[in-house]
Amino acid sequence: MASGETITSSEYISHHLTNLVYGRFPDGHWGLAHSAEEAKEFGFWAIHLDSMFWSIVLGLLFSYFFWKAAKSATAGVPGKLQNFVEMMVEFVDNSVKGSFTGRNPLVAPLALTIFVWVFLMNLMDLVPVDLIPRIAGWLGIHYMKVVPSTDPNVTFALALGVFLLILYYSIKIKGVGGFIGELTGQPFQTENWLLRPIFFVINLILEGVGLLAKPLSLSLRLFGNMYAGEMIFILISLMYGAGWVLGLFGGALQFVWAVFHILVITLQAFIFMTLTIVYLDMAHSEHH
Amino acid sequence: MNINLTLIAQLVSFAVFVWFVMKFVWPPMVKAMEERKARIADGLAAAERGVHEKELAEQAAREKLHEAKQQSAEILARAEKRAAEIVDEAKEQARVEGERILAAARIEAEQELNKAKEALRQKVGELAVAGAEKILRREIDASAHKEILDELAQQL
Repeated sequence: MASGETITSSEYISHHLTNLVYGRFPDGHWGLAHSAEEAKEFGFWAIHLDSMFWSIVLGLLFSYFFWKAAKSATAGVPGKLQNFVEMMVEFVDNSVKGSFTGRNPLVAPLALTIFVWVFLMNLMDLVPVDLIPRIAGWLGIHYMKVVPSTDPNVTFALALGVFLLILYYSIKIKGVGGFIGELTGQPFQTENWLLRPIFFVINLILEGVGLLAKPLSLSLRLFGNMYAGEMIFILISLMYGAGWVLGLFGGALQFVWAVFHILVITLQAFIFMTLTIVYLDMAHSEHH
Repeated sequence: MNINLTLIAQLVSFAVFVWFVMKFVWPPMVKAMEERKARIADGLAAAERGVHEKELAEQAAREKLHEAKQQSAEILARAEKRAAEIVDEAKEQARVEGERILAAARIEAEQELNKAKEALRQKVGELAVAGAEKILRREIDASAHKEILDELAQQL
């Protein structure tokens, strides 16, 4: 369906789930992978051109419109674009004010970027699954995965960015000793000198898991939701090839799922943003 | 789930977008919104001040009006009083004048009377003398009354 030839359902599905990969072949030269197997051989030295392209295009779109609104922002009567951007800014600002107790000029712009960017990347999920791959196929591009947030690289990159900020601010606010103390001095505490090293290790394991769970859960939640949603769209679109009754049913199903997905993509973007704010708040506050 | 260079590239682009938003989007937006907030607050305060001022002005106008009414009433009362006084004065004057005229007329009348009396007396005397002359012409005897006439002439 994507390339016009008759292919099996599993081929169709795996085709849709394969990125356009540019990487280093085992023999040392760089080039596009022509199959999922070839892409696997690249190992780490590969880049998903489709994820990069769509995420950066969406990021530029977001940056451009928000910058345009910000450049001509007046305190007088706002235009439509400014109104919209102000609404978003106000919404994010309220979220930050509600969850973030410290003072950091980075947090609110970070939250805004995450919310809008993740939302736009998720929004690509609502584009009919075959549309862009088909166009890309005509242009000679064989693989095209259009939803960047179904690429774990993208979600991990976001979560890793947040994680690095968590580490940075934890150490900046509490100092290296304070941060290590937070990781090892709780939840178990004792005055006994013998028990201390044991508790130290236990605490480090518990808190370390808790710390690492933050970026993992952030990225996997978004990835999982988007991947599953995309998968269902792909499965629904399989019905179009199975007679007009199933095709009609599939059409209805796709509509219902897309409507439901509007909620999901917004919610996932919001959750990512809110958790980022909360994690950064935890990094800033010297609790315990 | 193949993690590769895309992760690093995404991390970099993420950082760039966040930096961009932090540098060029967030501050001007927030500034504009804060400014508008301040402007609206100012406007509301000004409106409230205006309402208050209007109330004050209305009260002042009411007081002024009241004062003016009182003043006009006072002026009216004074004018009425003055008019009454003028009428009284005029009456008094008229009375005095009338009395004066009356007195003058009386005196004149008396003078006229006296004059008339004098004239009458003179006339009566003349008449008496004329009558007496006529009588005397007929009856007088120069010789018989020579004595009296002489006496008279002597007295004259």
